[in-house]
Formats: sequence, structure tokens, C-alpha cells
Amino acid sequence: MALLTVWAHSLHYLPYFIRVLCVSAITTVLLTASAFCLAFVLGFLLALMRLSRQAGFKLAANVYLEIFRNVPLLTQLFVLYFGLERIGVSLPAFVAATLGFGLNGAAMLSEVFRSSINGVDPGQREAAMAMGMTWPTALATVVLPQSMRLALPALANFAIGLLKDTSLASAVAVPELVFRAKMLVSETYQTNLIYFIVAVIYLVLSLLVSRFAAATDRGLGKSRAALS
Amino acid sequence: MSATLIASPAVDTTERVRIDGLHKSFGSHHVLKGIDLDVMPGQKVSLIGPSGSGKTTLLRCVNFLETPSAGHILIDGEAIGERHQGQRWQPMAGRELAAMRVNIGMVFQRFNLFPHLSVLDNLLLGPRKVQKRGGKDLIDEGRALLTKVGMDEKRNAFPDQLSGGQQQRVAIARALAMKPRLMLFDEATSALDPELVGEVLGVMRKLAEEGMTMIIVTHEMRFAESVSDKVVFMADGKIVEEGPPRQIFHDAKVERTRGFLRAVLEH
Repeated sequence: MALLTVWAHSLHYLPYFIRVLCVSAITTVLLTASAFCLAFVLGFLLALMRLSRQAGFKLAANVYLEIFRNVPLLTQLFVLYFGLERIGVSLPAFVAATLGFGLNGAAMLSEVFRSSINGVDPGQREAAMAMGMTWPTALATVVLPQSMRLALPALANFAIGLLKDTSLASAVAVPELVFRAKMLVSETYQTNLIYFIVAVIYLVLSLLVSRFAAATDRGLGKSRAALS
Repeated sequence: MSATLIASPAVDTTERVRIDGLHKSFGSHHVLKGIDLDVMPGQKVSLIGPSGSGKTTLLRCVNFLETPSAGHILIDGEAIGERHQGQRWQPMAGRELAAMRVNIGMVFQRFNLFPHLSVLDNLLLGPRKVQKRGGKDLIDEGRALLTKVGMDEKRNAFPDQLSGGQQQRVAIARALAMKPRLMLFDEATSALDPELVGEVLGVMRKLAEEGMTMIIVTHEMRFAESVSDKVVFMADGKIVEEGPPRQIFHDAKVERTRGFLRAVLEH
């Protein structure tokens, strides 16, 4: 009850908060999308390197994986933004954050792709190779269409996690949701209302991502579940 | 020109498959212990024997799904999976191996149809992606093959909507779509319910009558007897006895062969 009274008092701020936070949510979405694309492409390449028979590729991919998986994300962002600046490479905050989340996400997704490719029945690969396909062709036409279906739930999880993790980018001054929210708080001291709106925006965006994933799964479902 | 004419043997006298001193080990497990076997064009050869005797491994070496530990396999006179360079054998490039496999169709125990593709697309994937063919001719050809195995009506169905017998008939048609010169059958009916075995054997019999060269790993003794030109009995990674079906099934020389056949035929 008391909370409502306090909020009623600050309701005239509401349109202003919503406008500022929705605009900054665009930055959050763009950062999530660009980092996801980078993580997807790089993660896929890393997965292929880890599945490769070349020991050198395997080793390089594993070293990459262990470094990026085991160093905290915030530390990686600081290194990319402040650390590189020290040695004369100053990246714009948005670029540094995209790189940070993308390079880190690639390590996570390489594991997702590797296990989903391994999750496809080996008989599928054998049948494709036995009819005269090279491994790249078999991978592209037979294995990947099936493994992407297996990877989808984990990809959706990753995307939702990434969306929320982008709040860390406020630490390197990317003008995303949490960064703007902090500014609004120091401007108006309406902490509760501001963070309530932030929470609602994150919730809505996350729900959109899971809806999108579910729709994609249904789309792929038309092309049939994997046989046991 | 005249020199090559003299040097090259007539096509008919070249073995379709020549297996020469083949050994295969998985780690310390010695599965094939020196196999020599020839298959002439048009011949149907059945491999029989107890589980673990190495029949399937032998078959999988023929199209190099397994890499032999020693020995060589020649397909129409050409070594598969390796190249003779100077004094040494070198592994073949993936592309070269793939080109040789186009001529060798394989049918698996577990069908291995592609679950994300319709029946017709399963058939046409190889010709499209490997032989870069397309157009209406190809579709007509695919449907003719499906008609041959009695599956044209199901051309738009997906594998998980078909019975095991239907899936295996589609798998045979899929292998034939590449126009192979040799077909390998790896226990093609072992994963089927008993009442579905007949329809698959029927398709294989038809193929045999058309003159296809076939190597068949099977537990269907009556089928092996009626369709084969040569039956090979294997045990413990070796060929124990080989000969015409009449000899193996009714007049086996080796006690091990007779014991095996008594055990399988008497139940």
C-alpha cells in the first residue's frame, strides 16, 4: 500500500522514464543481436575446429575455450575497453562490448554446436559419405539440418542469458538499459519505479526471444524429428 | 594407342572387387585376420557366419567406411582409399574417395534414411549434391526407382511415417539412385519385424535378377542359398569356407561350417 502511494506521487515522471528507457532498450537489443551474430559464427568455426582431426586446430580451439569460459565476463569487458586503450587501441564502447560478449559467447556456443553435431546419429554421416559425399557436403546437407534442431533450445537459452548479461556493458559506459536507468536514478531518485520499468522491459524482450525460438522449432518440426 | 590396347585387360576379366590380405584391428581387438576374396561383375556373394565373425567389418572396409589395418581392396582394379605413390601407399584425398564411393551403393541395417527429408528428397539428395544433376528427368528417374521398390505412393511421406520394411526399400532405392556398379547389404533385414522381411528380400531378389553385383551380409540362410553365386562362411575374422551355395549348405567340407548351419537352420 505504502509503495503504491509513493509511486502515485512519482507518476508524472512515468512518460519520461518510459521514453528514455525504451530508447535505451534499442541499444540493448542491438548489442544483443550483434554479439549473438558474432558468437554464432565464431562459435560454429570453433566447433568445427574442435571436431577436426588436425591436432593444431583442436588445441587452438580448446585453449580459446578455456580462456574465455573461465575468465569473468566483466573482466573481459574491462580488458577490451580499458586494457586495450592503455596500449593505444581505443575501441568505441559499443564495439568493445560487442567483441566482449561475442568472443565470450563463441566459447559457450562452440560447446553447444559441438555437442549437437555429435548428437546426430553417426549412421546419418555414414549414409551420406557412403553415397559419395565429401565430409563438408555431408555436414551441410545431412548433419547440420538435424543438429541445428538439437541446438535450438540451448541457443534460445544463450540468447536470453546474453540479453540480460548486456547490462554488464553499463560498466564500460554503453548507453543501454541499465546505464540509462542509473542516470535516471541519479537525476530523479525514483529508484523503485525506474528499476520496475527496466525489469518489465527485460521480461518482455526475453519472452519475445523464447517465442521466436518456439516458432523456429515448430518451423523445423515440419521437417520431422530425428529418428532414433 | 596400340600399346595401351595390348596392356589393358578385357573389362570382363577384371574383378569388380578384389580383397587382398585384409586385416583390421580396433585397438587390440583383431577383427579381420587376413581376408582374400574376389567378386566378379554380376556375381552375388553372401557373407554368413556367427555374430562377431567380422562380416560387417569386412563389408564396411569395401567402401572404406572402415580403414583397413593392412591389405588392400581394389574396385574394378583401382585401390580404394589409398594411392600407390612410388614405393609407398598414401591415403587418398577425401574428394577422390568420395568419387569412388559413388559407384558403391550401401544399405544399412538401421536404414539411415535422412529424417529431415521426404522419401523423394532422400532419393534425389545424392544425385543433386554429388552428381550435380537436376530437372524433371531426375525426378522422373527417382519416381521410377520408387515404383520399382513399390514406394512411389509414399514419395512425399517422411521416414518416420513409414514402417521398417518401407524405410529399407526406400534406402535401397536411394542407393540405386547413384547408379552404382556394386551394392553392399549390411544385414538389411535384421532390424525388421519378421513379417516385413519378405518385402525387402523381394526387392533384393529383383535386383539380383537384373544382374547387379552384390555383397550381402545376412542371417537369412534360405535367401542366401537361393540368390547367391557364392557363399562365404566366416568365423573369428577368417574365411572358413567358400563355395557355391549348394556346396556350403548341403556339402560343407569343414565341421565348423556344418555346426553353424545346423545351429541356425534347426530352430
